[in-house]
Amino acid sequence: MKISDVPQDCGISEDIPVVSYAVDDDGQYVKVGSRGWEPINVANSVAWQQISENIRETVVGIDRGELSSLAFYMVLHQMDVSLLAHYAGFFKWQVKRHLKPGVFAGLKPAIKEKYANLFKISMAEFEQVPDLSFLETL
Amino acid sequence: MVEFVHEQAAHCESGVLSNLLKFHGLDISEPMAFGLGQGLFFAYIPFIRLNKLPLITYRTTPGRLLTQGAQGLGLELQARQFRDQAKAMQVLDQLVDRGVPVGLQTGIYWLPYIPRAYRFHFNAHNLVVYGRDGETYHISDPVMPFTTTISRSDLQVARFAKGALAPKGKLYYFEDGVTSASLADAVRKSLRYVAKQMSGTPFFLIGSRGMRFLAGRLERWPDRLGEKNALLHLSQVIRMQEEIGTGGAGFRLLYAAFLQECQDILDEPRMAEFSQRLTEIGDQWRVFAAMAARICKNRRLHDDSFASCAAMIRTCADQEERLFQDIRSYLR
Repeated sequence: MKISDVPQDCGISEDIPVVSYAVDDDGQYVKVGSRGWEPINVANSVAWQQISENIRETVVGIDRGELSSLAFYMVLHQMDVSLLAHYAGFFKWQVKRHLKPGVFAGLKPAIKEKYANLFKISMAEFEQVPDLSFLETL
Repeated sequence: MVEFVHEQAAHCESGVLSNLLKFHGLDISEPMAFGLGQGLFFAYIPFIRLNKLPLITYRTTPGRLLTQGAQGLGLELQARQFRDQAKAMQVLDQLVDRGVPVGLQTGIYWLPYIPRAYRFHFNAHNLVVYGRDGETYHISDPVMPFTTTISRSDLQVARFAKGALAPKGKLYYFEDGVTSASLADAVRKSLRYVAKQMSGTPFFLIGSRGMRFLAGRLERWPDRLGEKNALLHLSQVIRMQEEIGTGGAGFRLLYAAFLQECQDILDEPRMAEFSQRLTEIGDQWRVFAAMAARICKNRRLHDDSFASCAAMIRTCADQEERLFQDIRSYLR
C-alpha cells in the first residue's frame, strides 16, 4: 500500500484516526493516519445491523409479554444468557428464569439491583424499555 | 507522574509492547515488536464460535506476542492475574505510584473513551496505565491518537470483563530494559518460527493450508448457510482481517514493515525483496476485502462472487506459502 492509497473513508471511528503502515515513494515503510476504510465500515455495519435486529426482535417479544425487560438490556449490551450469567454472578438457569416477565416482576430488589448496577441504570429505568430511536444511528 | 511517550499504533498488543520498551530505553518500533512477538499468523477454526461466527484470525493468540517479544529480547515480563478485584487494583496502584508504567489486558466493551462502533465483547485489548490522580487513571491506549483518562470503577470493570479470553485483571510490566540478548539472533529466530507456521505446518487449519481450507468452505457458504448467514460470515472474515487499524491487510503490511527493518539488522539484502512481496500480498488481501464488502453491501460488480473471493484467498495462500518457504530456505 502506498501512502496515497491509505484509505480516508470517514465512518465508524468517529473522527478518531487509526494508524496504517504504507510505503513512501522510495519504498520505505512509514506510519500514516487513516480515517477509516469503506470495506471495514461495511463489515462493521453488518455486525451492528445484526445487533439492532436482535434488539428489535427482543422488544417485540417484550411487547407480546413473552420476555421481561431484562432481555432488552441483555441484547443491548450484546450479551447472551451465558455471558450475562457470568457478569451478574448467577447460574444460566437463573438468568433464563429472570427473562420471563412473571418471574422478573416478582424478583427481590437485591437481585434486580445486581443487574441494574451491571447495566449502570437506575431501578426505575430498569422497569421500562427506553426509546429506541438511537437504533437508527447505528 | 512519569514521562511516558505515547505513540499510536496499528495493533494494540504490539503498540503496548513497543511503547513499554521505549520507556525503558529500548528503541523497538511497533513493526519490530510485532515481528519479534511472532505476531503474524493465520487460522480458521470453524468449531470455535464467537457470536455464532467461526473464529478467523490473522495474527497470533492474544498475549503471546508480549511473552514472545519479551523473551526474544531477553527481558523478563512480569505478569500477574488476580482472583480478587480489590487486590488487582491495589497492586496496580502500588506499581503506578512507584513510577512503573503497567500494561493491562482489558475488555474493550467497557472502555468509555473507545468509539462506540468498536465496542464489542473482545477481552484482549491492551493498554498502558502510566499514572494516576487519586481515582483517575492516565491511559496510553495504542489505538487512540492521544492519551486519555478513565475512572477507577470503569477500569476495574474492564479488567474483570467476563466471557471468552477473560483478562482476570491481568497486568504486566518490565522492571527495566537491561538486556544482553542479540537483536539479530532474536529476529532470525522469530522469522523462522513464523515462516514455519505459515508454510510448513501439518495442521490444515493454520497458515496457508488454513487459508485454502477457508477458501473451500467460503465457496459453499451461500448453499450451506443461506444468503443472509453467508453474508454475515463473509463480513466476519473481513472484520477479523482489519480489527482496528491495520490498513485492512490482515497485519500483512505491519509484518512487511518488520521485514524491511530486518534488512539493516541482519544485513541480508534479500529481506527488502521479501518485504516487497509481502506488501503486494497485503494489497491483494485488501482487494479481496473490497470485493467481499461489495458483496455484503449488495453492490456486486461483474465478477464479484463467493467463488471469486475463494479464488483470491487461494492466490494469497499460494503466494504467502512461496514467500515463507523462501524465507525459511534463505535463513537456513
